[in-house]
Amino acid sequence: MIGRIVTALRSKLSTDVKTRHDHKSRRVLPVLPAITLLAMLGPVIAGLYGTILPAFGHLPAAGLTGPTLSPFYDLFDWAGLPRAVMLSVGVGVGATALALTIVALLTAGWSGTPAFRFLERLLSPLLSVPHAAAAFGLAFLITPSGWLSRAVSPAITGWDRPPDLLIVQDTWGLTMMAGLVIKEVPFLLLITLAALGQADTGRSAAVAKALGYGRLTGWLKTVFPRVYAQIRLPVYVVLAYSMSVVDVAVILGPNTPPSLSVYIVRLMSDPDLAMRLQGAAAALLQLALVIGALMAWRIGEAIVTVLGHRWIMSGTRGKIDPIVGGLALTAGIVCAFLVLAGIVVLGVWSFAGYWSFPDFLPDQLSGRNWMRFGPGTVEALGETALIAAVVTLAALALTVGCLEAEYRYGLRLSSRGIWLLYLPLLVPQTAFLPGLQTLMLNIGADVGRLPVMLAHLVFVLPYVFLSLADPFRAWDVRMGVIANALGARPDRVLWKVRLPMLLRPVLTAAAVGFSVSVGQYLATLLIGGGRVATLTTEAVALASGGDRRAIGVYGLMQTGAALILFALALIVPAIVWRNRKGLRYG
Amino acid sequence: MDRGLTLRDVTILKNGAPLLSLSRHIGPGEVLSVMGPSGVGKSTLLAFITGTLAQDFSATGTIILDGMDVTDAPAYQRRVGILFQDDLLFPHLSVGANLAFGLRAGGSKVDRQTRIDEALAEVGLDGFADRDPATLSGGQKARVALMRMLLSDPCGLLLDEPFSRLDTALRAQVRELVFARAKARALPVLMVTHDAEDAAAAGGDIVTLSPLH
Repeated sequence: MIGRIVTALRSKLSTDVKTRHDHKSRRVLPVLPAITLLAMLGPVIAGLYGTILPAFGHLPAAGLTGPTLSPFYDLFDWAGLPRAVMLSVGVGVGATALALTIVALLTAGWSGTPAFRFLERLLSPLLSVPHAAAAFGLAFLITPSGWLSRAVSPAITGWDRPPDLLIVQDTWGLTMMAGLVIKEVPFLLLITLAALGQADTGRSAAVAKALGYGRLTGWLKTVFPRVYAQIRLPVYVVLAYSMSVVDVAVILGPNTPPSLSVYIVRLMSDPDLAMRLQGAAAALLQLALVIGALMAWRIGEAIVTVLGHRWIMSGTRGKIDPIVGGLALTAGIVCAFLVLAGIVVLGVWSFAGYWSFPDFLPDQLSGRNWMRFGPGTVEALGETALIAAVVTLAALALTVGCLEAEYRYGLRLSSRGIWLLYLPLLVPQTAFLPGLQTLMLNIGADVGRLPVMLAHLVFVLPYVFLSLADPFRAWDVRMGVIANALGARPDRVLWKVRLPMLLRPVLTAAAVGFSVSVGQYLATLLIGGGRVATLTTEAVALASGGDRRAIGVYGLMQTGAALILFALALIVPAIVWRNRKGLRYG
Repeated sequence: MDRGLTLRDVTILKNGAPLLSLSRHIGPGEVLSVMGPSGVGKSTLLAFITGTLAQDFSATGTIILDGMDVTDAPAYQRRVGILFQDDLLFPHLSVGANLAFGLRAGGSKVDRQTRIDEALAEVGLDGFADRDPATLSGGQKARVALMRMLLSDPCGLLLDEPFSRLDTALRAQVRELVFARAKARALPVLMVTHDAEDAAAAGGDIVTLSPLH
């Protein structure tokens, strides 16, 4: 028996060795998963290392040596700290809880209905709008002189000048929270839809209905626990992101004091190198806050589980389902509306001439703003597109390489390993990017485009991988068996059969990666040392100036840059495979 | 040279536990039908012969095809053709391009085109070269899949429940065609099936596998 197994193993090994040696790419492929993990986690780990040293007063580049606790004393001396911490935690947890609640109730009450399908169709455009553009759009809608106020003035409100209200950049960060919620609802909805596809949820809901449960209550009691188990990691990503976001906080968050993440960026941008020590200390505090919040969230999950179990045991059928469902649908539609109308109002401002309050539309529309800011945006667009294209191609190559290595050699991430994919998204950007910048400063590395690309890759890779992995694995491997039997080498199978068949998901993954890169603010700002100007950094830099026409132009360009690949991902397969019915919906 | 497909002391193991054992010789133009309950490892046996055994499985024994030991050869060099219950035509390629994918490399462009046209004519599909495979009927797809495989010039043919998706009328017709083409090319055929009628129609030996435990 053992002899047989040994023989089997030996023959298998000899096959592996043989296949590995008889083609060049076979030597590269098995190490791609390691390279991918390094590209994703290397900068995170290096950045954390580069944060810890200066946080304890060690910064040789500035002639400072530690260890000392004085950066932390300096940080705790800052009068704004309690407020900044409250903002970070409050906005982060609030936005995540609110977005998750809306998505859960919306899916519970409406999945499978025409209203839900309508929202599903809006998902791709909603997702591709960069956070900064959505935040600007929201600001232009809800500020006292914004579009919503103009829509009802003076007819209903009687205002002939904007009321003196602090809505955008309010002290409590409520607008900032709203800005995050409208962008996280589409994201969580997408993740939930993917999870629904994997669990056998339709029949559970039908059984619950037959037992007299309302649609919403039945779904929450039978389906939601399974779905949540699948979307848990993305929810954590949303939490970590919302707690440490910078661009949305700069645009919609309060200034005095700002949220902790914005304060960190201010410290890191200070010409006085010593301020970086305090910045590093604040970055570590941010990391601790996120870890603490994640732990608290887990405890919250346990409490909800207990309460939910009681609720299930109580057997209530859901009397107020219609009311809750109606509220959830309204919330979902409002989120979609605020993002899309925000883009429209950015567009209007980009073409606006003189536009006085409370006129609903400008006196005249012209291309003057575009003539004025156009040349600047074209330059930034070039930089943005170059970085995004290179990073997306690299991420695609690594992802396809990993998935193909998994297929050929069985090098598959375990379910625990999937955490590694999410790690770069769970560690707050403000915790490791400042450290990465400091580290580069210490070793004398130049800031600029290439390091920015590497930093973008950290965030683009997980999204490209998560987007492509399922369709790649769902490909019928018997196609590969057939192609092999027809004499095609593994590389030929990959290039001539598998990738062409997967054209649409590959392009969709590319579009996701591209839009993630386009939207990167902090990585571009810090690692680029302020010298790499993309549409996003330029647009966010306009926030303090408040020139709505310029913001309109840059915001629209930013959205367009992110959207164009999604459009291509729809159009190209439709054209290339126009005569191939078998791939039209694949 | 000893023509045909020989399986010498082949044992398939799942996670180290033996599933089935088989030792047979299939001569040119002969058909061996392998039957047995599902889960006994029939399809895995075929995967071993094509060189595409899945992770959890291993196998011992020797596969000899036309006198050559191919046990350790990479899948694409074995010259073992296989047909599944689904046609598995490449959906992104036209019917003609599917056949060209199978056709061994070499020969002039005109030459290759002629061989493809001849292959289509052989199964009554003249002029189908430019068609989208998704627009073909089930029987037509099965015929294209057969010719694609035959054009790759295999030395042996494996059939994995090949007719089970076809309706009764079509089934007999396609079955007859497959066996006739294989016989005409003097190919050894190993068929895995649930269907006693398929096995009977094959006209060769029938092996019924039972679990080894």
